[in-house]
Amino acid sequence: MDLTLTPEEESFRDEVRTWLQENHPGDEPEGEEAKFEFRRAWQLKMHEAGWAGISWPKEYGGRGASLIEQAIFSEEMARSKAPSPANVLGLVMGGPVVIAHGSEDQKERFLEPILSAAEIWCQGFSEPESGSDLASLKTKAVRDNGGWRVSGQKVWTTYAHEAKWCMLLARTDTDAPKHKGLTYFICDMEQDGVEVRPLRQITGEAEFNEIFFEGAHVDDENLVGGEGNGWMVAITTLMHERAGLGAASAISVRRDLDELIAIINERGLGDDAVIRQRIAELKMGVEALRLGSLRALTQQMKVGIPGPEGSIAKWEWAMLNQKLTDLAADVLGPEALEPGAEWSYRLLRSRANSIEGGTTDVMKNIVAERVLGLPRLR
Amino acid sequence: MDFGFNDEQGAIKETAREMLAKRSPLSKVREAAEARTYDDALWKEICELGWPGIAIAEEHGGQGLGMVELVILCEELGYACAASPFLSNALTGLVIDAAGSDEQRDRWLPGIASGEARGSMATTGDDPALVPDADGAAVIMLDPMSSPQLVEASDATIEPVELIDATRAYARVTAPAGDALEGDAPAGFQRGAVALAAELVGVAQRALDLAVDYAKERQQFGRPIGAYQAVSHRCAGMLYDTEEARSLTYYAAWCAGAEPESLPLASHMAKARASEAAWSVTNNALQVLGGIGFTWEHDLHFLLKRAKVGSELLGDARMHRERVAALAGLA
Repeated sequence: MDLTLTPEEESFRDEVRTWLQENHPGDEPEGEEAKFEFRRAWQLKMHEAGWAGISWPKEYGGRGASLIEQAIFSEEMARSKAPSPANVLGLVMGGPVVIAHGSEDQKERFLEPILSAAEIWCQGFSEPESGSDLASLKTKAVRDNGGWRVSGQKVWTTYAHEAKWCMLLARTDTDAPKHKGLTYFICDMEQDGVEVRPLRQITGEAEFNEIFFEGAHVDDENLVGGEGNGWMVAITTLMHERAGLGAASAISVRRDLDELIAIINERGLGDDAVIRQRIAELKMGVEALRLGSLRALTQQMKVGIPGPEGSIAKWEWAMLNQKLTDLAADVLGPEALEPGAEWSYRLLRSRANSIEGGTTDVMKNIVAERVLGLPRLR
Repeated sequence: MDFGFNDEQGAIKETAREMLAKRSPLSKVREAAEARTYDDALWKEICELGWPGIAIAEEHGGQGLGMVELVILCEELGYACAASPFLSNALTGLVIDAAGSDEQRDRWLPGIASGEARGSMATTGDDPALVPDADGAAVIMLDPMSSPQLVEASDATIEPVELIDATRAYARVTAPAGDALEGDAPAGFQRGAVALAAELVGVAQRALDLAVDYAKERQQFGRPIGAYQAVSHRCAGMLYDTEEARSLTYYAAWCAGAEPESLPLASHMAKARASEAAWSVTNNALQVLGGIGFTWEHDLHFLLKRAKVGSELLGDARMHRERVAALAGLA
């Protein structure tokens, strides 16, 4: 057991830190469109320095960084409050799918514009009737002279309004068992058969969208991983997306916690025994999340495949954000209740943390079944 | 960076798990607890393996390993709920090592390392203090938190007391002023808290295992109860608590050797979280087991009671959280 960074890891961290200091784009502008373009430019800058595809193999324009290096990179990004790259879904999901399952032509066509953020990707998985039970999805793709015709509805699609490409999971065989009849497509969003409608959230903003496919066309060459293999293609990449994210999310929650501690001190509430106990609980949670992620990372490096421990981290992260913003609202009182105020936004936004990217309830199922080996109720 | 055990540490864990499964199964724990005695042969074997001296320097007859290795043993002893004077002896060694003079170290550490002249230590701040395993010890550490001093057992009045945890012997000790330790006692005390946290992690893990095994076998309404989310989500929560406590405990153990400036915060986090987790996990295990878990016949209560008492010793969760709050930057 040795939690210190090796000299190589340390010099990698210093390199990242220095680069971020020198190239940090500053505060994000107001307005959703301006913010998105700002992050697109930021990603291009990252890409030009070789940071955008940090986990991607070198031959595809990435850096081929180890898991530890990825974690260090994510931690440094969080520490410096650098904005996320605009094409985050392309980088963590779309690109890795193409690299793992795509043809040479697909790699040639799709990878570079993902890295440069020239082409934004979105993920068309969830549907109104298929949330946690994703494999029950109904969006259909049928063969249609040399390609496919898609009809159905997707929901909770981040960046659909900005995206050129959609990672589309659709049913191509209605007779097969539900996991077997799915195929993974890369669907062009810029066509008549695709309509995007924003979804307004409880915060008032619209990060997510609905997508309606009405006879949208997908070329045969945009099918990835073979007909009927969509579930396997989608799942293998979901497993890999979490490397280092736990440690990075802990750093950003730790930053929020430090901010809250400063507010409590400023208001002279630091001697309140209940607040002190709650802060301690949060502090322990933040550090447990960070350390648990590092333990999982070590394990993954030793055995090669990511374990289901990421599910505990996702659950911890959601709970921490919610408890932290609960305490902030209690400390700030009515100030945190005005629409648009920073902490009112965080209070409300964190309510989604236990739903998005897999609900806490599903995380508990995964932990129960895959870590503890309890039987499934199905 | 490697947040896992190295080969030697892995081997220590394996050996301990196997030895204790064989020599201290829960049936043996029950025998010892019901008779309120220890199995002398088990302690002898523990001593032969060199465990009491694992974190004590070789010059004092120990193995010269560190807190990580000690924590591995404490976790396994907790997992076994083994009835032995291991912990109190180890705590005393940690405080003498951190705060004692050369002379005090030379005098007491060899006996502690071999287990032949055991140490024991006060684990509560009340007076007379509660001292585990004072009976039969050679030396007793009093007031480790405020004004640590060593008292020879022959100079002390030792009143055995029975606590709900019958897997360990406890006593109330009074003594005239002893031989004061002038060094960094908090550093020793913090290491002790980490050792106890590790024991609590082991207790929690064992209760989790018992509950999960039961949930896989016990059938109601035609299927194993572990298939119901009311039960399986409870078990997932038990793992969550256990793993958080374990991560913080391993980290604190590592800090003790490699990054001592981080030990105060790390040790308070470990003991607070492990105290909560052990009590919560053993309670949840009882709920999963249902009626059988409330019977004397089932072994769970030994773990539950060990968890409760352990969570109160060397500072309860509330006290350690208070320290965490201060070190986290609250004014």
